[in-house]
Amino acid sequence: MRIWPIFKKEMRLYFTSPIAWVILTIFTLITGYFFYSIFAFFTLASMQSMMNPAMARELNVTDSVLRPLFSNISVILLLLMPLVTMRLFAEERRSGTIELLLTYPVRDGAVLIGKYLAALAVYGVMLAATLVYPALVLYFARVEWGVLLTGYLGLLLMGATFLAVGVFASSLTENQIVASITTFGVLLIFWVIGWSADYVGGVVGRVLTHVSLLEHFDSFAKGVLDTKDVVYYLDFTIVALFLTLRSLEARRWKG
Amino acid sequence: MIEVKNLTKHYGPITAVRDVSFNVAPGEIVGFLGPNGAGKTTTMRILACFMPASGGSARVAGYDVFRESMDVRRRIGYLPENVPLYPDLPVAAYLEFVAEVKGVGRSERKRRVAEAMERCLITDVQSRLIGKLSKGYRQRVGLAQAIINDPHVLILDEPTIGLDPKQITEIRSLIKSLAGEHTVILSTHILPEVSMLCAGVIIINKGVIVAQGPIETLVEQFFPTARVQVEIAGPPAAVREGMRRIPGVLEVRAEAQEDGRSTYVVESARGRDVRAEIFQLAAQQRWELRELKRVGMTLEEVFIRIVAGEDAAEAEETAETAEAPAP
Repeated sequence: MRIWPIFKKEMRLYFTSPIAWVILTIFTLITGYFFYSIFAFFTLASMQSMMNPAMARELNVTDSVLRPLFSNISVILLLLMPLVTMRLFAEERRSGTIELLLTYPVRDGAVLIGKYLAALAVYGVMLAATLVYPALVLYFARVEWGVLLTGYLGLLLMGATFLAVGVFASSLTENQIVASITTFGVLLIFWVIGWSADYVGGVVGRVLTHVSLLEHFDSFAKGVLDTKDVVYYLDFTIVALFLTLRSLEARRWKG
Repeated sequence: MIEVKNLTKHYGPITAVRDVSFNVAPGEIVGFLGPNGAGKTTTMRILACFMPASGGSARVAGYDVFRESMDVRRRIGYLPENVPLYPDLPVAAYLEFVAEVKGVGRSERKRRVAEAMERCLITDVQSRLIGKLSKGYRQRVGLAQAIINDPHVLILDEPTIGLDPKQITEIRSLIKSLAGEHTVILSTHILPEVSMLCAGVIIINKGVIVAQGPIETLVEQFFPTARVQVEIAGPPAAVREGMRRIPGVLEVRAEAQEDGRSTYVVESARGRDVRAEIFQLAAQQRWELRELKRVGMTLEEVFIRIVAGEDAAEAEETAETAEAPAP
């Protein structure tokens, strides 16, 4: 499997073109703004609670800063991740480079994994940039390490799922905009599908809750590490990547 | 080196290639000729393992393109039409990527990249972005990526399309220098290119091979006559009659006339040189002989005759079907 050269090439393309830089900049700007407002609000609440001991008992950094921060980041990812993956296959199809790439002695699977890992690495850099915020919190207050770890694990798993869906959408079209909108649409539906669980109720409701991307993330943000949630994201990712592989192989079907 | 047997490819209801069979011997350069949309690119894509055939088989470098595609891919260099490259990568970095993907070992990689760049005359642009290069340079980068793994077989789809005359000459001499060590199959619709580069040609039209073989054989096959062009000042009727009486002459045609001098084209049986007799005839009759030369039949004429002949035959057929009364 020649994954490494594909990975290196994709990383080069991400960082020689402005895509990765722009996404990184926008992502850190927005998350930075959210962190600032959440933290500023918390500071204000802490100040007020000096006069009100009852309020002070309710107040803690994990619940008031980290959890909202994590859920805010997850929403931003919903909007930004489709842009990370949209070019991976669509651009190669549009420019025709896929014809050369897929006639080199590499398996389709290696091409797919190389590209997926590159997208994952870009996401890794994005996540790493957000580590500044918990570090700042840590400077002023005590943080529950468990929540921090599960939170980041949750973000990583959920992001991996987003990227897998994005790679799949990108393999279906030669138009990057179509790829990113499809990705966004699919993710949004799986995001909000749990909301209808409340009024559907019964078995269907439980199923809807279970397939929702959002519900599974909540427990990570609360600091709960449940194999059920981990497996959900891994399954979702594997299915999306498997479908991508099939869509790449579609051209080899005898017509 | 390349063996194609009864290759067929359908795209839905359209048949792009039908029952194509040909062989290419090791070290040969073969031209794949045909009008646009004849099935050249489809055949080449199948040979390069980009997509499978609907029927028939193809073996490249001894391996089946469908069942042993990895073995084939390791042994070929492919240059698709329009030369798809990554505009955001610098030339050298791109070639290094290709070398690595094609499995060139780490120790050899630098040397192979440098060699390929030197052969294709792109060493001076190695650090520029591919997207900023001119068409001619991009074409050469495309060739460089094809030869970087020292492949047994080179599959080049229209390697000189869209280049200026100087670049075309450069690319041609490059391709010519690749012959011998590599087996080359190149498609084109520029006919002089084939005569210049290739020993053999395969002519394809509407997905079917209509002629194949060495160029001379094809010319003989489709033009069984030899041709001499004569310019003589003399009474046209007498000149024509005199030449027609020379043994072996099949036909005499007057081509152009200009103040008493006429140009004739004399067709004779192949292998029969009638120039000496024409000269003697002119000397005897005291006609002024201005020019006497043999005219070679070009591949272009062969091509046009074959392709046009096919089309005409088909038009006739459709006309007949159209005329047939409805039951």
